[in-house]
Amino acid sequence: MDLALLTEQLLNGVQFGVMLFLMAAGLTLVFGVMGLINLAHGSLYMIGAFFCATVAAATGSFWLGLVASLAGAAAAGAIIEIAVIRRLYDRDHLDQVLATFALILIFSEGTRWVFGSFPLYLDIPAVLQGAVALPGGSQYPVYRLAIIIVGLAIAFGLYLLISGTRLGMRIRAGESDREMIAALGVDIRNLYTVVFALGAALAGFAGAMVGALQSVQVGMGEPVLILAFVVIVIGGIGSIKGALIGSILVGVVDTMGRFLLPEFFELFMPPSQANSVGSALASMAIYILMALILALRPQGLFAARA
Amino acid sequence: MKKLIAASLIGLSMSVASVAVATTEPVKVGMITTLSGGGAGLGVDVRDGFLLAAKLAGNDDLEVVIEDDGQKPELAVQLADKMIQADKVDILTGIIWSNLAMAVVPGAVAQDVIYISPNAGPSQLAGAGCNPNYFNAAWQNDNLHEAMGAYANTAGYTKSFILAPNYPAGKDALTGYKRFYKGDVADEVYTKLGQTDYAAEIAQIRASDADSVYFFLPGGMGIAFMKQYAQSGVDKPVLGPAFSFDQGILGAVGDAALGVKNTSQWSKDIDNPANKTFVEEFQKEYGRLPSLYASQGYDTANLILSAMNKADVNDLDAFRAALKEADFDSVRGDFEFANNNHPIQDIYVREVVKEGDVLTNKIVGMGLENHSDAYAKDCKM
Repeated sequence: MDLALLTEQLLNGVQFGVMLFLMAAGLTLVFGVMGLINLAHGSLYMIGAFFCATVAAATGSFWLGLVASLAGAAAAGAIIEIAVIRRLYDRDHLDQVLATFALILIFSEGTRWVFGSFPLYLDIPAVLQGAVALPGGSQYPVYRLAIIIVGLAIAFGLYLLISGTRLGMRIRAGESDREMIAALGVDIRNLYTVVFALGAALAGFAGAMVGALQSVQVGMGEPVLILAFVVIVIGGIGSIKGALIGSILVGVVDTMGRFLLPEFFELFMPPSQANSVGSALASMAIYILMALILALRPQGLFAARA
Repeated sequence: MKKLIAASLIGLSMSVASVAVATTEPVKVGMITTLSGGGAGLGVDVRDGFLLAAKLAGNDDLEVVIEDDGQKPELAVQLADKMIQADKVDILTGIIWSNLAMAVVPGAVAQDVIYISPNAGPSQLAGAGCNPNYFNAAWQNDNLHEAMGAYANTAGYTKSFILAPNYPAGKDALTGYKRFYKGDVADEVYTKLGQTDYAAEIAQIRASDADSVYFFLPGGMGIAFMKQYAQSGVDKPVLGPAFSFDQGILGAVGDAALGVKNTSQWSKDIDNPANKTFVEEFQKEYGRLPSLYASQGYDTANLILSAMNKADVNDLDAFRAALKEADFDSVRGDFEFANNNHPIQDIYVREVVKEGDVLTNKIVGMGLENHSDAYAKDCKM
């Protein structure tokens, strides 16, 4: 195993983590501020990807597609919040889970009804095609590097938004005590819609970025949603910082596990057996990580409300 | 006297008529297939191919009931029970996924319902677990992989990096490839089922000394892998079964798939009248190019229709014998059943090409000729 491979895998882990962060940030905000479990967050990710693919196919520009994914997912988020989610804040978590699960089914079948059952085409823009040489002799896809940079920029932007603006102040206040800020005259209904739309836009943006790398198809959001939940549980519910650290931790552990565990078992096992044991264990690695962190810090690494 | 003759003539003609009704007993087919969720493209193609064949035949005695299994084994089992008990179907068909087939088929054939598989061909049903009521009109799961293993030898590859999801059909796939491939394996990697990011695996491929990459990643997994592989700057040639390069997903993979060799028992350029009709009529009816799944649905319907012309479905032995003759014009050319009711057929090597703006496949060689499967010898039929 050489340094080039290790660097590449580490970058892969960070890139995967940054992508997860865009999903987890919205999820953790909605959970933290409104106390709502939103299973339909994965559908917003899918909606973003479909908006991007459709607009990119119609106009020929990936960049317009990205803008459309942000706008489309934010709009879809606002509509869902006003039409459905608003009625769920006072209900218990079971009702929220049932209602948002119903939303997943509606969005999946609705999307299939509109776009058909076959995956859509969405490609990486020409300027980000191909690979660049890294110091150390290895090559790395430009697009993945771009994802890392954009993701970290968004994380920094969110940090500024939450810590430095009036909206951020209200979001933080909403996390600490919902009733109190309503009593102080803040329009909590609008705040909720804005937060939900913001989370939706981030998810849609993630869907569009990943859609270009993977496949744009119905049901693409659900596997990511599960990982995003793992991230916010590890990071601490409601904490953006926790979501960022948790995402990168999950991304790196998952990628390195897939790569290192089979090699580790090969030290004392025949290769084919080592492979199946290693890859089985690698699929469990992040859940083992989650269990460990929960055992040591049940509230997560950076819980907003301890 | 005249009256008597007239009456007996009428009586006679009526009895003749009733005999005629008995021989054209309608055949009720229950189709359980995947029409919703991420795997829906495959089920839609099988269904459309099947219905096209039924429409072209114009045989009113073929009645089809269609239900969506949502790619869930428990739902498929419920639907099968309902179709057998309430709808009283004579034949079941349609299942796409091997795990669903394994949940439904053994129970159905034990109740003397005929099952004809338009897609899944798990090894458990081909060897010692074969059944006279089970027919496979597509392939045994290992077949296309075996053909690619054979092709890798002729193409001169001696060190393959092989990759499949960590589930039974994935393991069958790599076993199938290795059964015919004579070179060394650089590394054998099993990924998580449903995984869509292959950066870690591509990095391993880059670091390995392999001269070729063989992968079995059906559906969205394959689209993701090909797109990421094309971006990675790794230039080792890629090989795969037709599942990752069929008509339904080529559009989503894009130019990244151009030039890739893949193996299939069917291709739209196989030159025979049945295939010409199929490809033309499919495009006319649905406005898209057919995939191998559509061809399998089409052949399944024609197999049933051919047996209906020969035997009454109520006479199970005769109907099974008629099915086994496989006396229909398969769109893939020569087609017959081996002792285990699985196909003996040619498997071709195709290459992804561009015709105008449309990505599609073209046959470039033969993978395995008159190929049966490795399990037939264990079947006591």
